[in-house]
Amino acid sequence: MKITLMVWRQKCCKEQGKIEKFVVDNVEEDMSFLEMFDILNERLILEGKDPIAFDHDCREGICGACSMTINGVPHGHEHGTTTCQLHMRKFKDGDTIYVEPFRNKAFPVIKDLVVDRTAYERIMQAGGFVSVATGNAKDANNLPISKENADLAMDAAACIGCGACASSCPNGSAMLFVSAKVGQFALLPQGQPERKRRVLAMIKQMEKDGFGGCTNMYECEAACPKNVSVRFIAKMNRDYLRASLFTKSK
Amino acid sequence: MNLDAKIPEGPLADKWDNHLFNMKLINPANRRKYKIIVVGTGLAGGAAAATLAEQGYNVEAFTYNDSPRRAHSIAAQGGINAAKNYPNDGDSIRRLFYDTIKGGDFRAREANVYRLAQVSNNIIDQCVAQGVPFARDYGGLLANRSFGGAQVSRTFYARGQTGQQLLLGAYSALVRQIGLGTVTMHTRKEMADIVLIDGQCRGIITRDLLTGEVESHVADAVILATGGYGNVFFLSTNAQACNVTAAYRAYKKGAGFANPCFTQIHPTCIPVSGDHQSKLTLMSESLRNDGRIWVPKNKGDKRKPADIPEEERDYYLERKYPSFGNLSPRDISSRAAKEACDDGRGVASTGYGVYLDFADAIKRLGRDKIEERYGNLFEMYERITDDDPYTTPMMIYPASHYTMGGLWVDYNLMSNIPGLHVGGEANFSDHGANRLGASALMQGLSDGYFVLPSTVPHYLATNGPFEKVTKDHPEFKKAEAEVRDKVSRLMSIKGKHTPTYFHRELGKIMWEYCGMARNEAGLKKALELIPQVREEFWKDVTVTGDAQNLNTVLEKAMRVADFLEFAEVLVHDALERDESCGSHFRTEHQYPDGEAMRNDKDFAHVGVWEFQGVGKKPLRHKEELQYENVKFAVRSYK
Repeated sequence: MKITLMVWRQKCCKEQGKIEKFVVDNVEEDMSFLEMFDILNERLILEGKDPIAFDHDCREGICGACSMTINGVPHGHEHGTTTCQLHMRKFKDGDTIYVEPFRNKAFPVIKDLVVDRTAYERIMQAGGFVSVATGNAKDANNLPISKENADLAMDAAACIGCGACASSCPNGSAMLFVSAKVGQFALLPQGQPERKRRVLAMIKQMEKDGFGGCTNMYECEAACPKNVSVRFIAKMNRDYLRASLFTKSK
Repeated sequence: MNLDAKIPEGPLADKWDNHLFNMKLINPANRRKYKIIVVGTGLAGGAAAATLAEQGYNVEAFTYNDSPRRAHSIAAQGGINAAKNYPNDGDSIRRLFYDTIKGGDFRAREANVYRLAQVSNNIIDQCVAQGVPFARDYGGLLANRSFGGAQVSRTFYARGQTGQQLLLGAYSALVRQIGLGTVTMHTRKEMADIVLIDGQCRGIITRDLLTGEVESHVADAVILATGGYGNVFFLSTNAQACNVTAAYRAYKKGAGFANPCFTQIHPTCIPVSGDHQSKLTLMSESLRNDGRIWVPKNKGDKRKPADIPEEERDYYLERKYPSFGNLSPRDISSRAAKEACDDGRGVASTGYGVYLDFADAIKRLGRDKIEERYGNLFEMYERITDDDPYTTPMMIYPASHYTMGGLWVDYNLMSNIPGLHVGGEANFSDHGANRLGASALMQGLSDGYFVLPSTVPHYLATNGPFEKVTKDHPEFKKAEAEVRDKVSRLMSIKGKHTPTYFHRELGKIMWEYCGMARNEAGLKKALELIPQVREEFWKDVTVTGDAQNLNTVLEKAMRVADFLEFAEVLVHDALERDESCGSHFRTEHQYPDGEAMRNDKDFAHVGVWEFQGVGKKPLRHKEELQYENVKFAVRSYK
């Protein structure tokens, strides 16, 4: 296959970026999208040019590092798939593909397709945990949890923290990400003592970092490589409302 | 080299408890005066950093990723072992201990493994308390599945994403401490060296991957939890950035490297499809609970799997190892697959693949049940290969996965360099010559939550308070200068090949001569070839861009440079260990039926290597292994 890539190049966060065109021949159907970039980058290095920087690591769809916007959609059009698990057989010979970094004001571009997602870290630090120090646990089976709730909690916990939700949202909202963590703990008895505090703290941090709010566009769910459902946003909104009404603010 | 394992006195079952009592403590008010550096934020590093911070120590943690949550522990699929015996099927701490020792082919330390089995139960409790959503039965209790090398169901799991959920648990504990200000988190910083002052490890040198800045970090103790070196084979199930640099730098500064030749080749990975391939993807061992492995009985049988009748299929694991069958341990299953393919009965376009077939399980349990158990794995398989495993068997082949070898540590997980502790896959301690499935997560978290948080304070209490040291100390300055020098040397070569080219060349040599089956002639050949590639690398590598910016080519070149030196140590170890054991199979040493033949008289020891200079043969030391509670036995799974 012959693929034309229109790739966002940006030297660093302070400089203006622009689209640069590359033609890649001999793309095989079994290649992953990132392996196509590997080939292109090997060529650029041999030509003495700076290769295209992109985040990636596990290449099996779980670490959440890869973060390309492909033809306008974070991780591309293939449903429930990370960029690293997207394969070239989903494209046609002669295709032109636009590749940009994840787009969100809270994720500044570091270089080319690499963005800074530490905003998600700060949200997690604000409340994405159960406050239990090591060594305090009782026997695991002393805490029965219904299979339904455990399974639902797992659906939420499947989030890989990639940032596709916030990058696909017209409001730049990170609510799918936040609600996945809030929702996981809200479904489990371990999460109850801090339930109100957690939702308030995480949303406060989300807003502080400049993410927008949800207006039910559902772009996040469509872009999510782990199919996390927008229902968690609805659950979180209810939790947030309840917590706002019944918690004394600090 | 001092290789005193410092195993506590007393009966096996009491050693850890006695040791916990005998270890020195530090007053809570004094703990914040001690700085502990943790390099790596996977299961071992993340858990250790969080737990030590909870206790009150001043912790600095480092990762080269943009977030601690991206460490490759996240990719572990199948599960984590514990001796809970919830299914009441005969499990116990002693049985988990014995299975692990036997699985490691009698090359692991008894006392360490027993402690691992003891602590395993606390890990499950801890993870549940953190909100890790383990799989549950309808009664609300925890569910278990079986893994290779065990005849009980002791593996806890969270769908096919157990590693992810456990890492997110440790990560949540870590972010809590970061938020509280007790852990300073450094992301996108890669460790480039350790620093010794008066023989003690007093800090590290890092390179900031965004700015290229080379920085010193001073501490009272350092923990390396930097993972394994499986990427020495180029193609492996490891993440792209996984590397040996941290461990290898410590080795160059005098830390012993133990059993580097014990490298695990995982039997169930998606086969190689072409030269473009950047990594191999694992298909969890848990699939072997329900999948049956087979190849055609006849050589060169190119029919579609569905067209090959039952009587013309060879379910070779079930045939050769009837009591463990498809759940035989990894080393044995991998070799059996290689044997079948070398015999000309392999499948896939390359002839290097075997079938993993779910047809029987789907018939017996229904598609829904299989989908519930393995849905995400089946999806991943289909995405990569474009084949639907519900209707046609998966094709799998062994690939480099985990490394049992690592930096030598004593019972306290401290290397022979005072102050330098090593946890998780980066140390050598618990898996002997072969790791059983679902034991890596157990060991990483055991080291991180329970062992290091007890033994590192003991080190500080016994040896501290330490002399005040600053970044201006000449040893730090010298180490910084060495790193800068290496960077500028790499940048100035401007040769004709990329770092990846050399990595691939090295990988080919390692897989060919030091892979699943090894022999003297091949290993000697590798020892000729590796220095040639290394020499060529330093003459002809090209690194574009500049060193003051995010430069992925430079990152890769730094890592490959260390792999090119380390590979030789690995091959030396494989050559000197003149026996077959576990994952280390020397074709010279096998029983007539092809099983590995151990030599307990001469090799029931840990081989520990001491650096002598690049290109010079390192010195080999021994830590004899004492077995007081188990008897050597031929490891049979028949």
